[in-house]
Amino acid sequence: MIRIDCPFCGLRDHTEFSYEGDATIEYPALDASEDAWFDAVFLRENPRGWHREYWRHGFGCGLFLEVERHMVTHEIRSVKIAHPGMAKVVAEADK
Amino acid sequence: MSGYRLPKGGRIDRSRAVSFTWDDTRYMGFTGDTVASALMARGERIIGRSFKYHRARGIMSAGVEESGAVVSLWSDARRVANVKATQAEIVPGLAVWGQNAWPSVRMDLGSVNNLFGRFFAAGFYYKTFFGISGRGTWEWMQFEKLIRQAAGMGRASDKPDPDHYEIVHDHCDVLVVGSGPAGLSAAAALASQGMDVILAEQDFAVGGSILSGGSDDGGPSSDAWLASTVEGLTAKGVRIWSRTTAFGLYDHGVVGLIERVTDHLEHPGDLPRERCRIVRARRIILATGAVERPFAFGDNDRPGVMLASSAATYVSRFGVAPGKRAVIGVNNDSGYASAMTLAQAGVETTLLDARASVPRSLASTAREAGIDVRAGMVPVQAIGSRGVRALDIGRYDGERALAEDRLSCDMIGVSGGWTPVMHLISHKGIKPAWNEELSAFIVEDTGIEPVALAGSAAGHFTTEAALKGGERAAAEAIKALTGKRRTKLPEPETDWEAPLQPVWEIREPDRKLKCFIDPQHDVTTEDVRLAHREGYVSVEHMKRYTTLGMATDQGKMGNVVGLALMAEAAGSTIPETGTTTFRPPYTPVSIGALAGDERGTHWRPTRHTPMRLEHEQLGCKFVDAGFWRRSWYYPEKGENLARAAKREAKAVRAYVGMVDVSTLGKIMVQGPDATEFLNRVYSNPFAKLPVGKARYGLMLRDDGFVFDDGTTWRLTETDYFMTTTTANAGPVMLHLANLLQTRWPEMRVHITSVSDHWGGLAVAGPKAREVLDGACPDIKFSDEAMPFMGVRQGHLRVESGQDIPVMTARLSFSGEQAWEVMAPADYCPAMFRALLTRVRAAGGVPYGLEAMDCMRVEKGHVTGRELDGRTTAADIGLGMMASKKKPYIGRVLAGRPDLVREDRPTLVGLLPVEKGTRFKAGAILFPQNESKGHGLGHVSSIADSPELGSWIALGFVAGGLPKWEGKEISAENPIDGESTRVRVVSPHFFDPKGERMHG
Repeated sequence: MIRIDCPFCGLRDHTEFSYEGDATIEYPALDASEDAWFDAVFLRENPRGWHREYWRHGFGCGLFLEVERHMVTHEIRSVKIAHPGMAKVVAEADK
Repeated sequence: MSGYRLPKGGRIDRSRAVSFTWDDTRYMGFTGDTVASALMARGERIIGRSFKYHRARGIMSAGVEESGAVVSLWSDARRVANVKATQAEIVPGLAVWGQNAWPSVRMDLGSVNNLFGRFFAAGFYYKTFFGISGRGTWEWMQFEKLIRQAAGMGRASDKPDPDHYEIVHDHCDVLVVGSGPAGLSAAAALASQGMDVILAEQDFAVGGSILSGGSDDGGPSSDAWLASTVEGLTAKGVRIWSRTTAFGLYDHGVVGLIERVTDHLEHPGDLPRERCRIVRARRIILATGAVERPFAFGDNDRPGVMLASSAATYVSRFGVAPGKRAVIGVNNDSGYASAMTLAQAGVETTLLDARASVPRSLASTAREAGIDVRAGMVPVQAIGSRGVRALDIGRYDGERALAEDRLSCDMIGVSGGWTPVMHLISHKGIKPAWNEELSAFIVEDTGIEPVALAGSAAGHFTTEAALKGGERAAAEAIKALTGKRRTKLPEPETDWEAPLQPVWEIREPDRKLKCFIDPQHDVTTEDVRLAHREGYVSVEHMKRYTTLGMATDQGKMGNVVGLALMAEAAGSTIPETGTTTFRPPYTPVSIGALAGDERGTHWRPTRHTPMRLEHEQLGCKFVDAGFWRRSWYYPEKGENLARAAKREAKAVRAYVGMVDVSTLGKIMVQGPDATEFLNRVYSNPFAKLPVGKARYGLMLRDDGFVFDDGTTWRLTETDYFMTTTTANAGPVMLHLANLLQTRWPEMRVHITSVSDHWGGLAVAGPKAREVLDGACPDIKFSDEAMPFMGVRQGHLRVESGQDIPVMTARLSFSGEQAWEVMAPADYCPAMFRALLTRVRAAGGVPYGLEAMDCMRVEKGHVTGRELDGRTTAADIGLGMMASKKKPYIGRVLAGRPDLVREDRPTLVGLLPVEKGTRFKAGAILFPQNESKGHGLGHVSSIADSPELGSWIALGFVAGGLPKWEGKEISAENPIDGESTRVRVVSPHFFDPKGERMHG
């Protein structure tokens, strides 16, 4: 069971979170080409090493978090709030 | 007779006798005895039978590594199979049963399998799959019956488990696993620094190897030291958990433990039988000890052959001698102490040391104690099929030995070295390395894991070294947690007098011996070589082919011997051959304990709508839909489902009805960019939806397939009330949150799930307006005041005369003139009663899910059965709805060639050619007389329509209406052997122009 240090709620079990996919994907504009959309929806890297992914703290604050996790050891290097505006608000509140 | 109780000694309470039964015969033991020690004390030798050959098996160890004395405990529904007799403590009334034998383990007719041993060699199962003589699976079918009868271990009860279990969560600074010298010294060092410590011990007694020692000098490893250490730990608040096995080590310092709570209690009360403890530890110290391993020699599986240290444990801990005349075969120093313990208990002991040069001081001490020490000698073959009578011994040349002498004996102890218990750290994928000097796999680097090994688990095999190792691990943990620098303690060393000489198997020059390395699964040394000859060169393949280490003990004793022999057969080294991977659990875990309280109705939530009591008062029957209990039908005078639903649907079409729609997902979408947001997430246009109007919306996934549908009500310029299907309430909320937080963070939109805040009723039927007109003092329901899709907020007057807040929209799922009325959840019961009175007055009824489903099929409306994740908007007949002008989610990929193919299966209606014939959802549709291949599509929904007087269905057919309308096809249900001729029609069976709902 991996544990994620939610910037808003603190260190919690992964059972409180849901995995929400690859955070390295840049989604194209809604009217972008079929190729661009195909790449974004279907093509995924499977790195043996560090990777960025989204986790949502569904049984907590509900925020989407961007987690840097090692695919071999499951070590977590960083956790940040995905939404820049909310990240700023939480960071200021923590000061 | 072999074993016997010694007149004194042992850590048992001789003042408290305990009575238990062994295969229905009453036995006595003492408090502190295990099943194994109590049976040994009574001279029982055959405790179990092996898996394949049904060979007699005796007690081979004193712990979890036991591979011979495997029994069943308790009776009937509480029966537990495959328990190691060496681990189970005896308690009053305990029933112990021999297993895998008939009529009993002492007299087992299945042992004739032994005579057919050559057929049961390694890979037996795989070979019979292919057929011994090439006849293929026929032989397997025949053999399978035989194997199922003959093989296997204990039988589990087939009755429901009468016990309850619980899961508890814990946290600590440091979890110490194992309470031997290393674990105790680590815990003491940690506690003295104020650390929050949990000390877990799988045994029922704390102390580990101290309990097997003979020392009473008051120093470390004595009883006095043990008692004062435990007292000190308790005083400092260390949580000491005995009978608690750490079975798995997981990511980020999470450890799963099983505590056996009540099996040792005479009166368990309300306590759970077992407790699964999930501990989150900041650091973990594994002081899990080491397991002595045997080496293989002829017939080394006979009852009476055991690990040397275990023989000593029975003397020291349980006051039981395993025999009167013992031969101990060793290849290392540790076996001398075991021999000394036996000799001091009056057992006539011979010690065979495989090494030509024996440790001088140990040997002279042993000789002084009356032990016959013979250098360079090894056991060759045990004599006595139902228990050891004698042992042939020979001189060892480093590989082979020729039997040259026969020693009369009734037990044989073996010490082939020690295997550190590193299962837990292996669970994290950490690979151990072979240590030549210790002849053992040792974990030297635990990587990023917050884990350290200490004591014999780390290869520090003497008590002195283990104590130092524990202190060292504690110091490292304190440093990691507090950052305090402390002087680094030196790595302790095991100071054995003479080095260990690796011995794996004793072979005779001209004779094949049957040498076992997995006594429970009957795997011999020859099986390992056979596997290699047949091409199984990887240890993982060898393991599976021979089943070595796959029995209930998971090869704790014999695995390393098997690996060494594999390496030898392959002409390589042990490090090159490697080891197999250990996975949780370390020892077997009850499924019940893992489930805890989450069983029956407690394994998932049960959701009721706020009008549950009102439904129940009407005698409503409920149906499970996901977590929800939805109102299904309201039977009158003994009606069944079909009749009630038909009556309800007819009443709605003729008069009016009301149905609970509270389970719909409800989401408030608010903010200056809410309109633009909806315009992007729905495939149809939302930019121009006026305030006070609702619109049906179809949501696609990124990949272009339909995700969900529902209506969205515009309450103000910036406030929308979105409804989703019941099943997708959560997923849609998550989808929208994902978009707003990760993809379009610049959008000024806030979403809130209000599914539980609002409850709702739909009032539908030709008299719906009559029901609602006047119900709400501030809302008018006329066509002019509220046209189709109109939305109004206001109040509903309830029975008490008070007005409750409601919002309502003129929407129809049934095809009738209809309104959805939503009220805050707490007002819903009052709304239900107020509207029911008015519905009844208009000749209407409450209706349930079944009638609603029937009416929506009549109208060709889709639900989750049609929106199954594989359908496009065009597939369900809504292609025209999608906007051609604006970009929206899913639009680009919905245009992929395969998603716009003309022969895609699209939504159609299906009518049986013989009116009234019943057919089933899930049936596969084929052209007439061509029922092969994958067919044209399938039947998705079915209903017994009162309006059409027939079963009708929705389904998908390749090419759809343009190709098939009016034609006959066949609905095939191969599971039930049914075939129905159906005609393809428009899915709008009833009122295709929608005149009723607009009227």
